[in-house]
Amino acid sequence: MFRNQYDTDVTTWSPAGRLFQVEYAMEAVKQGSAAIGLRSKTHVVLGCVNKANSELSSHQKKIFKVDDHIGVAIAGLTADGRVLSRYMRNECINYSFTYESPLPVGRLVVQLADKAQVCTQRSWKRPYGVGLLVAGLDESGAHLYYNCPSGNYFEYQAFAIGSRSQAAKTYLERRFENFTDSSRDDLVKDAIMAIRETLQGETLKSSICTIAVVGVGEPFHILDQGTVQQIIDTFEIVAEQEGPDAAIGQEAAAEGAAADQGGSTDEGVAPMES
Amino acid sequence: MTKQQANWSPYDNNGGSCVAIAGADYCVIAADTRMSTGYNILTREYSKICKLADKCVMASSGFQADVKALQKQLAARHLIYQHQHNKQMSCPAMAQLLSNTLYYKRFFPYYSFNVLGGLDNEGKGCVFTYDAVGSYEKVGYSSQGSGSTLITPFLDNQLKSPSPLLLPVQDAVTPLVEAEAIDLIKTVFASASERDIYTGDKLEIVVVNADGIRREYMELRKD
Repeated sequence: MFRNQYDTDVTTWSPAGRLFQVEYAMEAVKQGSAAIGLRSKTHVVLGCVNKANSELSSHQKKIFKVDDHIGVAIAGLTADGRVLSRYMRNECINYSFTYESPLPVGRLVVQLADKAQVCTQRSWKRPYGVGLLVAGLDESGAHLYYNCPSGNYFEYQAFAIGSRSQAAKTYLERRFENFTDSSRDDLVKDAIMAIRETLQGETLKSSICTIAVVGVGEPFHILDQGTVQQIIDTFEIVAEQEGPDAAIGQEAAAEGAAADQGGSTDEGVAPMES
Repeated sequence: MTKQQANWSPYDNNGGSCVAIAGADYCVIAADTRMSTGYNILTREYSKICKLADKCVMASSGFQADVKALQKQLAARHLIYQHQHNKQMSCPAMAQLLSNTLYYKRFFPYYSFNVLGGLDNEGKGCVFTYDAVGSYEKVGYSSQGSGSTLITPFLDNQLKSPSPLLLPVQDAVTPLVEAEAIDLIKTVFASASERDIYTGDKLEIVVVNADGIRREYMELRKD
């Protein structure tokens, strides 16, 4: 992965037409702990895996409320994410102040993307090392966007970023066509299940994940641990009752990492066979 | 050679009166709903009361354009506070913020005479009274606006505690119950409407207590 001749600063192109510093910034996103987002016609759910530096410390905050109708989940350099959240909050407040109405999500992500692009074209700056999943509601409906360090942004029905996000993406790819008409509660369940995919064997409990919801008539808020644990309990029990076969079918997406699961202590999930 | 006087003023006075009374576990904030300019009425149904935080309500009389701008400023600053502290602003904190915001425009003031009411961190009622440039004080009751000269002496008669130099120390907040305080407010506005041309139409009463915030209305003289 050594392309050192052209990767010293962000304003140097490689002969193949690539900006390596920007690509390295996207690597930082892949190293962060997972964050996922999915949306229906009326709701958007964000979820993330709580990573703590050590047993003694608290976990990093990865989901931020930006306004009543917008929230963001980040993966990568959390400090960059915090700074960008502060920017987003400011933009929302200023827009509300001037226009007495909520900032449309599409406008916010464009502003974010432009801000990120600036850092890819100044020799004295560096790209933001954080990927943002922006979830929001506006007049045109529910939206989920992904903002890259490169300055690109895309709209998604469902997406996952960060480490081991491929497992979640596979789960979401199988199910996303149903999301548009999902109920709010089903959407939250799917989010938690997608997070479980990224855990690959670790026990799923509410202390290890954070879930946030925004929807029609429901301002953006982070679900409290009790609520999340209740939802986890419902489908963990179902998995137990259905028996190992159904459970294995559900875990098909995590097959690739089955070999690592030898030490699984999750009571509801049947032990994987590789 | 006489000094040239301005032929235009950036300010106007839209009239009206505001009152607030603090109780042991409640706070009543009231204002009339008449908006006037000169000798004319612009509307009979304008609210001068604004909820700034969960336990904090402000009533302002004076130039309503400045009042509106001031309310928007405070609302935006409150949002920032909530993002940073993960909780609502307390009434004393909002009181300080309002004072600072007013003084910020010391040399082109908000023409806004404010009365801030709510519950402090212990759930006791508190009222803060201001001048146009931010000088403020915590009091047990207060009145501002065109009818204040008629209202304040009456409130003094009913609510004023004896000198704070006397022992035992008396609290600024009134020992009255919520219902009694509301009754007093209604009486006071009915009297003010009789003689102050800028006060009348309808009275809006907002009560802040442990259960939350509730609103009441009473008709006043329309002349």
